Amino acid sequence: MSEQKTTNILVSGIGGQGVMTAAEVLSQTALAQGYDVKKTEVAGMAQRGGVVTSHVRFGERVLSPAIPPGEADILVGFEPAEALRWCKHLRPDGVAMVNRVRQEPPVVSLGLYDYPEDPIGQIQQLGVNVHAFDAGAIARDLGNFRLVNTVMLGAIARYLPFSPEILKNEILDRFRLKKPKLVEINEKAFEAGQAAEAAT
Amino acid sequence: MSAVNPLPSAERRFMSGNEAVAQGAWEAGCKVTAAYPGTPSTEILEYCSQYPDMYSEWSINEKVSLEVAIGASLAGSRALCAMKHVGLNVASDALMTQTLIGVGGGLVIAVADDVGLSSSQNEQDSRFWGRFGHVPILEPADSQEAYEMTMYAFELSEQFDTPVILRMTTRICHVKGVVTPGERTEFELAEGFKKDPARMVMTPANARFRIPIMHAREEEMKKFTEGHELNIVQDGNDRRVGFVVSGPTYMHVQEAYPEMPLIKLGLSYPVPMEQIREFAESVDQLVVVEEVEPILETEIKAAGIPVLGKEILPRIGELAPNVLRPPINKLIGEEPPEAATAEKPPEMKVTVNPADNLFPRPPTMCVACPHLGIYYCLSKIPKTSISGDIGCYTLGAGHPWNALDTTICMGASMGVALGLDKGRVEADKDKKIIGVIGDSTFMHMGMQGLLDITYNRGNVTILILDNRAVGMTGGQYNPASGRDIHGEESLRVDFPKICEAMGVKPERIHEVNPYELPTLFKTLRTETKVEDTSVIISNQPCVLVDFYKQKPAYTVIEEECTGCKNCLDLGCPAIAVTRRETVVKPNGKEKELAYVKIDSQACTGCDLCPKTCGPDAIVPLEGFTRT
Repeated sequence: MSEQKTTNILVSGIGGQGVMTAAEVLSQTALAQGYDVKKTEVAGMAQRGGVVTSHVRFGERVLSPAIPPGEADILVGFEPAEALRWCKHLRPDGVAMVNRVRQEPPVVSLGLYDYPEDPIGQIQQLGVNVHAFDAGAIARDLGNFRLVNTVMLGAIARYLPFSPEILKNEILDRFRLKKPKLVEINEKAFEAGQAAEAAT
Repeated sequence: MSAVNPLPSAERRFMSGNEAVAQGAWEAGCKVTAAYPGTPSTEILEYCSQYPDMYSEWSINEKVSLEVAIGASLAGSRALCAMKHVGLNVASDALMTQTLIGVGGGLVIAVADDVGLSSSQNEQDSRFWGRFGHVPILEPADSQEAYEMTMYAFELSEQFDTPVILRMTTRICHVKGVVTPGERTEFELAEGFKKDPARMVMTPANARFRIPIMHAREEEMKKFTEGHELNIVQDGNDRRVGFVVSGPTYMHVQEAYPEMPLIKLGLSYPVPMEQIREFAESVDQLVVVEEVEPILETEIKAAGIPVLGKEILPRIGELAPNVLRPPINKLIGEEPPEAATAEKPPEMKVTVNPADNLFPRPPTMCVACPHLGIYYCLSKIPKTSISGDIGCYTLGAGHPWNALDTTICMGASMGVALGLDKGRVEADKDKKIIGVIGDSTFMHMGMQGLLDITYNRGNVTILILDNRAVGMTGGQYNPASGRDIHGEESLRVDFPKICEAMGVKPERIHEVNPYELPTLFKTLRTETKVEDTSVIISNQPCVLVDFYKQKPAYTVIEEECTGCKNCLDLGCPAIAVTRRETVVKPNGKEKELAYVKIDSQACTGCDLCPKTCGPDAIVPLEGFTRT
């Protein structure tokens, strides 16, 4: 990636999964690196179990806040169907990092719609670089389901235009400030995410 | 929300447009801020409330918020009120006369248009109010501009003795960008409030003399906006098209067509028409890119300047680069540049979008929401017409409940219910007319409607869903919470007393716990049969507020679940289907069964679903811990 180019990261998931936090951490890291940064947020109805996305763009100068379809470098999917929903936003050579943990909405529970059988396979058919793993299980094994966020960030770290250590330190600094007891476990989660990416 | 650091600061900060407005107001020495929550404007006041040296309040509705700001302005302070687009409809009565009076300290109305309808009942263009009310409009294009223009808006207001509209859109309010903030400068008019009835008491005799003053002000501003530093021409080499842009379209157009010239209107009303005329002469084709309505387009055409706009661009939604490229490329006779459009990615192996047939994931009510029990019961009452209102409970129109039939505007459930009663035709004579409204919406604009119902002897049943918060916008406090904007203890209204004072008979007023399904259902059945005005008030808090108490989670005993699907009629997102099965009953009819499980991490133990379970398969989860 040249310095001139804008880096586009699309984070997608469901209200309450930590999409906004992941996007905020990425943005703050880029900001600290001196980039111009824009990040979209949602509120209101979209929070109520609906689809949540955040567009993170950084570079020398960022204009439009929304990543145009076909221009995302990285898709961070907190849920397989929500990764599928936004996969066409990826560049043909983009990377999709997907948490395999499925969350069926009530419209599926009620039998009005089917959940796709193989959403990750469908994304793979686009020819993009897909890494999918059970971030929920990794977080549970570490003892806290909320670590999914850090696991996912660890997994995309090597695709960023700055070193993975910079992102890791940004995350850990946030915990050092607010919840120092959680620094160590988040470091493990970040590294587990890196390992999961390498293994898939 | 991040804590605000009110100390002097020259560092780069990452702020949403809403936070930037609050910072701008604070630095401008603004003393009074007021709003009613509404997406996408809500956070403006949430941020304002964190500055200790500004008064801030959640007002009861947008009209009151503007009136509070008007009073503060006339008292000699700078004042700001914030609202969403439909909020300005409510506040417009105050605006349309305040524009005759003018201001004391600067008076700024920050209004946020929900372009793309992320959380609104319509899509409106607030720029019309500038024309209608003869007031100037500022349109920021990002957070830094939102910050700078807010500060400038106060000056402009005082310079021309006029309220000023700061027009935002979702992509300004809810996008974070880099802002370099500064320090606060205190402001107050030394003379304070100056009595001047000829100016401030708008009787016909006084108002008629203020109208020419307002018109003269507008004429002055027309000259002022020509060549204003916020209205700039940005040159480009490719002169086949020149764009007229304002607000977020400035960014979208630059991204899509970086080589083409544009004129950016930061102070977009009154329109600097001569500047546009001159710009138009320098390009082959002038195109105006505006969200939402063809306002500038119509005015530019009326000025005799050839321009294209909504003939080629969409009339709804955001005009993002991928929306602009196809029509503009067609105009200049070019194929869309590859890689830049969704339609033709060069190397994607699959050209159809694999998400085309994916299930939708619409907003749902929260796990354990007190409205779940209400709609479960409403969905089981036959022959109803249910007028709804604006709030989370609007979702009752969806699956599985399908128990809400109209939604129009804040408070409309009341009047519409009465109208459904008075206008009923013979075929509907047995219909039960029900109105559903939340606590905040009731206080915002519903109370007058209830008085109209009792005064006119309406045969309707009103449900006030008092969850003690403004739920849909994130659980802000209101007079039903008993807390003010800072979370400090304040008045807590007594809904049964209000209803009684408005003429509902005491025996027709019932407070119910919406988690106690049998009582709720019985009350609903009884009151909808009575030919009188009844009010049922549900009294359990929103699960988003901090005083909501979680209880241990429930689980489903797999062997005991009979697949009856009763619990699914609640619509709780914590209940999921594990498998489906079709069985043939003894009478030969087929029956769909669905076996369920409960997501124990999501479940808050509200105890609704066990009451819907015939075989008692839903039980507290032993040894449960929430991580």
